[in-house]
Amino acid sequence: MKKFLFALLFVPLLAFGSEESVHLDKAPVNLEDYASLQRGARIFTNYCLSCHSANAMRYSRLEDIGLTKDQIKNNLMFASANVGDTMSISMSPVNAQEWFGAAPPDLSVEARARTPDWLYTYLRSFYLDDTRPTGWNNTVFEKVGMPNVLWSLQGEQVLKKSADAHDENAAPEFELVKPGKMSQVEYNAMVGDLVNYLTWMGEPIRTTRQELGIVVMLFLGVFFILAYYLKKEFWKDIH
Amino acid sequence: MSTMQKFVGWIDERFPLTANWKTHLSEYYAPKNFNFWYFFGSLALLVLVMQIVTGIFLTMNYKPDAALAFMSVEYIMRDVDWGWLIRYMHSTGASMFFVVVYLHMFRGLMYGSYRKPRELIWVFGMFLYLALMAEAFMGYLLPWGQMSYWGAQVIISLFGAIPVIGNDLSLWIRGDFVVSDATLNRFFAFHVIALPLVLVGLVAAHIIALHEVGSNNPDGIEIKKHKDPVTHIPLDGIPFHPYYTVKDIMGVVVFLMIFSAIVFFAPTFGGWFIEANNFIPANPLKTPPHIEPVWYFTPFYAILRAVPDKFLGVVAMGASVVIMFFLPWLDRSKVKSIRYRGTLYKSFLTVFVISFIALGYLGTQGVTVLTTNLARGFSVIYFAFFLLMPWYTKIDKTKPEPERVTG
Amino acid sequence: MSNQQVDRSKRRFLIAATTAVGGVAGVAVMVPFVMSMLPSERAKAAGAPVDVDISKLESGMLLAVAWQGKPVWVVNRTKEMLARLPKNDSFLLDPKSEQPQQPEYCKNEWRSIKPEFLVVVGICTHLGCSPTFRKEVGAADLGADWPGGWLCPCHGSKYDLAARVFKDVPAPLNMDIPPYKFVNDNLILVGDDSKGA
Repeated sequence: MKKFLFALLFVPLLAFGSEESVHLDKAPVNLEDYASLQRGARIFTNYCLSCHSANAMRYSRLEDIGLTKDQIKNNLMFASANVGDTMSISMSPVNAQEWFGAAPPDLSVEARARTPDWLYTYLRSFYLDDTRPTGWNNTVFEKVGMPNVLWSLQGEQVLKKSADAHDENAAPEFELVKPGKMSQVEYNAMVGDLVNYLTWMGEPIRTTRQELGIVVMLFLGVFFILAYYLKKEFWKDIH
Repeated sequence: MSTMQKFVGWIDERFPLTANWKTHLSEYYAPKNFNFWYFFGSLALLVLVMQIVTGIFLTMNYKPDAALAFMSVEYIMRDVDWGWLIRYMHSTGASMFFVVVYLHMFRGLMYGSYRKPRELIWVFGMFLYLALMAEAFMGYLLPWGQMSYWGAQVIISLFGAIPVIGNDLSLWIRGDFVVSDATLNRFFAFHVIALPLVLVGLVAAHIIALHEVGSNNPDGIEIKKHKDPVTHIPLDGIPFHPYYTVKDIMGVVVFLMIFSAIVFFAPTFGGWFIEANNFIPANPLKTPPHIEPVWYFTPFYAILRAVPDKFLGVVAMGASVVIMFFLPWLDRSKVKSIRYRGTLYKSFLTVFVISFIALGYLGTQGVTVLTTNLARGFSVIYFAFFLLMPWYTKIDKTKPEPERVTG
Repeated sequence: MSNQQVDRSKRRFLIAATTAVGGVAGVAVMVPFVMSMLPSERAKAAGAPVDVDISKLESGMLLAVAWQGKPVWVVNRTKEMLARLPKNDSFLLDPKSEQPQQPEYCKNEWRSIKPEFLVVVGICTHLGCSPTFRKEVGAADLGADWPGGWLCPCHGSKYDLAARVFKDVPAPLNMDIPPYKFVNDNLILVGDDSKGA
């Protein structure tokens, strides 16, 4: 009876499921893969950082993924001079509002707000749409204000078949009408690197946190053994 | 006499140190048959202390300013040494506080710990629960994410449902026409000093009242009925210190293992403790497509939504909390503990727990005809548990209570 | 409760062991909280070395910049100013710069790398005010023998043009010379004196 009630308390935790009805592809996130993170950082500073800021992120933090200060300064910094600076941009939010309809969001924690899978699918789901002012639409983010900035790499695709709205597993089908500089495999890998980087940037401490967590758990395990025997020893008195 | 004894003697002449130690620890006689459910009181105290300490350190870097708040949290997470740990401890602590308090309250329900002579302990406890809800609600605004913002907007608007004064009242609470910098600033003040003071004061009252009448136990009988004729110590009582201190240390370590597992491996707890939408800065012009309160408020939120009328919904939600205050006077059973109650009470309690959890779940879900109807059904059960209590506890077939505590 | 059979030594051992482990846990928990009060990454970034362009700094003038949030002065001293420095020695507390208030390469009569360019943290060594630049020789309020230097507005401490403190004033030490280097003839890097890069 008691166990039953206790188990019930945790039922809603298990029952919690995703309410996202859009089909999302699994992002290849691997925070241990520094080479991928470094490639992602480069793509990010090249393609994203002109319109999007990452105001919580300091360039110097890139040392955590194996880059040196000089590499950061020479390869990744275009506007700011100081490696300790944050990844801010000079575009004013007011101008941005006028140009894009909505100010491009700061991307510091975008991967935590959207999930890596969402970003990975989103960045590969742009298609040509004449009805949109930018000429682009997206199956993941309907009527998005952002054009496909990676079009020269991906090429241009059109929507062949929309996904079935009632089936979460159904993916939309695209057709490449004009190839880009990259093959589809290369493009997916590149977006994978970028999303990997964005995920890392959302919480740069994550790997350290988990490593420390293992030490803490082991320590508490030892503490528990002692506390258990201490309790047992004293409770011998009680009959 | 050793130097230490002399020193303690010097203090005792001026402050009742030894006397207090004895009253509350070494000569506070607690029933020897406490089980698993009796860990949660001391754990709640532990979490309170943790929240206060981590909270103090968070205020050193947090900025209660609508333009700066969101980024100052990320600043703590990245630029402050160990700031991430302190912040995750605080955010996890908030949810774990409610986990512990809900289990603590459920213990009270099971073993009749609110019954005479412990009515005031229960009432103080309920005030603590109310203060804790206010504390958590105001704290949740501070990260200034979308969920913070719209959660506060919705809850404050509830006050607008009160006839005549409603709109002026919610305006007064916000200090502006929408939730804004003014609201954030005052919530910060309440969250970091006003409500913590109230909480600490109520905890003191809760414990003083407990130590006045003595602890209940899983058998729901009074250990003070059978005392040693010479020493006047309850025969089934054991000194809190060392027996329950060593036992609680063990409980604390287990709790810390669960707590650390969350902090280090799943600090957002899959969106239950920190919601994904709260990583988007508050935007007064754009409501997220799906908003919900944090999990510990969702049962009451579900009751609110179950009622089709705005004002009556608020009344129902308020009543669902307030009705718990009256528990000591609603229960007419001859026995206290669930061990000696009949099937009727056991069934009601089971169904009540199921409804509470179901309401909690429904409160996180979008509104559909099905969820609304389910929420209505469970709300009725929720209230029936309390309102029918005088009846079913009286006619319930109870078993005889033992004279002395068992197992 | 029968205390007779209690194994006292086992109990003592368990109490000691649990207390020790609990103590370690307590200290370990304190570490992050104490560390969180150290300068943050933002503060460190603001404290990073700063470039000072001295190409437009006229002879006899002072240029103030912020390094680690502190005022740092660069003074382009004239030939006359430099010539007067040795004459102050007998009135100074530490004329030979014996106290470690400067990097080794600035332990000379000018307290600088190049004689004319003085780089100094503009904070009085008494209680942390920022002294006022008083270069005019024999200023009316400072007496006819004033050789030019700095006067602290808070408690009247006086320094000469090598930022050395005079005797009989509250300040106990010469003003601090930060680490710095010349990147080229026109550019000083304050806060970094490493050879490389």
